[in-house]
Amino acid sequence: MSKVTSATIRDSLSVSLTVGAYGAAFGAAAVANGFSIVQTCLLSLLTFSGASQFAVVGVLGAGGSAISAIATASLLGVRNTLYGVIMAPRLQVKGFKRIVAAQLTIDESTGVALGQEVRGPAAVRQGFWYTGIGVFVFWNLFTLAGALGAQAMGDIRAFGLDSAVPAAFLGLVWPRLVANFERGLAIGCAAFAIVMTPILPPGLPIIATAFIAIAVGLRR
Amino acid sequence: MSTFWITTIGTSVIAFLLKFSGHSVPQRWLSHPKIQRINLLIPIALLSALVAVQSFTTKTTLVVDQRLVGLLVATIALLLKAPFPVVVLSAAVSSAAVYNWF
Repeated sequence: MSKVTSATIRDSLSVSLTVGAYGAAFGAAAVANGFSIVQTCLLSLLTFSGASQFAVVGVLGAGGSAISAIATASLLGVRNTLYGVIMAPRLQVKGFKRIVAAQLTIDESTGVALGQEVRGPAAVRQGFWYTGIGVFVFWNLFTLAGALGAQAMGDIRAFGLDSAVPAAFLGLVWPRLVANFERGLAIGCAAFAIVMTPILPPGLPIIATAFIAIAVGLRR
Repeated sequence: MSTFWITTIGTSVIAFLLKFSGHSVPQRWLSHPKIQRINLLIPIALLSALVAVQSFTTKTTLVVDQRLVGLLVATIALLLKAPFPVVVLSAAVSSAAVYNWF
């Protein structure tokens, strides 16, 4: 196995395991808020987008309607459309493979794939597939485990999982911050997302930074 | 059909359509140099926003908690050129320590 491939697999597995473990928290939260085990597992298999899934549980748990739950989750899912636009030219897949690629298009698969760009286009594709499949497998296994053990499930914060995911994203963006221009954009977007979180609906502060990148890219 | 089934199926269908539509944009739309440049900047923006939101917010509230320690430790690990799993693990361990002991 080449050095490039093993480094990509290492990145993919690290993210797959830490993010997948979050599935247990989702499974437990969903069952605790009134979803059946079958519905909980279907959300992880079919929706397969952590933020959207947690949003659905949160809205229904707080007494929201099906429409508001679906709308909130879909707002969070718009991010994946943009990821699809970013990944399509890098993956170059058609037919059934494109359907699978679409389903696996989430924060983590896109993030790890783009994090491989320094290693070349083949590593980008490997990063996407390894991470997408890895997260899918672990996310669904942990969802079932969490749903089954909802009562026994502990607090993910006690295991530091709440810090592992942002640390993973930081590790992914780090090599891209090659000059002051990129660093300025990163800090500006991070600050924007934090400031906008109490103001904009969930999910929008993140997706809005994509438009900052577009505006900056058009002017430059 | 119950609220839970409508939500489960509705969310799943829309989630897939959102993902698939992104993959179905014509390729020629993306070959322009400006688009290519923007394509390099977008991940920096989104990943940075994800770091910030996942570190300092809970739902729509700004929160400073054990995740700040995790983020600082991850930053130090990256400055020391630590490999990716070390960055993630050191953040998790330090954050868990703060959460459990303070």
